[in-house]
Amino acid sequence: MIPLKLFWEFLKIGAFTFGGGYAMLPLIQEAVLQNGWLTETQLVDFVAVSESTPGPFAINISTYVGVRTAGIPGALAATLGVVLPSFFIILLLSGCYKKFQSNRLVRGAMGGLKPAVVALVASALLSVGENVFRFEDILQRENIVSAAILLIAGFLCYKKVHPIAIIGVSAAAGILSGAIGV
Amino acid sequence: MKAKKCKELLGVFLKIGAFTFGGGYAMIPLIKREVAEGKKWLTEEEIFDIIAIAESTPGPLAINCATFVGGRVAGFAGALAATFGVVLPSFLVILAVSGILLRIEELAVVKSAFLGIRAGVLVLIGSALISLFGQTKKDVFSYGILLPAFLAAFVFHINTIFILIVCAAAGIVRSCLIKGKGGGK
Repeated sequence: MIPLKLFWEFLKIGAFTFGGGYAMLPLIQEAVLQNGWLTETQLVDFVAVSESTPGPFAINISTYVGVRTAGIPGALAATLGVVLPSFFIILLLSGCYKKFQSNRLVRGAMGGLKPAVVALVASALLSVGENVFRFEDILQRENIVSAAILLIAGFLCYKKVHPIAIIGVSAAAGILSGAIGV
Repeated sequence: MKAKKCKELLGVFLKIGAFTFGGGYAMIPLIKREVAEGKKWLTEEEIFDIIAIAESTPGPLAINCATFVGGRVAGFAGALAATFGVVLPSFLVILAVSGILLRIEELAVVKSAFLGIRAGVLVLIGSALISLFGQTKKDVFSYGILLPAFLAAFVFHINTIFILIVCAAAGIVRSCLIKGKGGGK
């Protein structure tokens, strides 16, 4: 039954993602939390894995959520679900895309959707952040390590270092802090 | 002829799928090189059109682009070949990685690696957020959507799809009102 539910959730995610992979994040977050498939921290780990493995982020994260939730049938269901809306909508439009592109209503809708996606990703980022940092005991070791790594990663990102390198450095810093027991 | 093109599309998009890291935008240089410069299936201008469409239609950019290029080059079968090609490397790699991670995720060293990685991911999401914000118009209407949408999601936990539909509707209403006034674009 779970693969069916995964298929339906990812069908909705595929149909309501506008833009690149990270625009999916708020939708995926809502689906996995409401169904109890993953915790927020697991979701962050999944983002890291999807970002640093070959393949577009959108497909990676769908397959990953699917396989971890319900094995290979789950992976198939989630991936097929996320692909199908794109596939059929694009096929329908590919004959008349010039008209679609210049259509007033489409442009109007996009004018509303773009800021909405910004708002949703911001909200997803904050709620994920609340789970990476534990606010009940703000000065605990994990928080201090995370804050230090956040600063380093932020600096690397500002310097336009590749995302995979940023994940690699963050992982190394995490391992180091674990090893020396900071 | 068409079968040959489909086979080539499958090959090209397997390659694109296997060598894309990150979001759909990371695919675009690869698509340009393979499809426009390499195979000369489409012109660079057509690729730009495709990206613009892929951005304004539902669905992740990566899948939209693959389906669109495949469809333009060889119809339905081409769309199928390109989409299957772009998905397959991801799918297999993730199955393998997931199998490995399941075995090692309880190790202390992996746990501390992920503790570090989580902070790094926050930065990556933040950077995606900044670039999304950069692509958004900075006018009263945009902020008039952004702030209520943020409150609806973060404070009131209103359904994400519902928020998206309302915001799209607001954009449509606005464009109709502007037209009614006979104003600019």
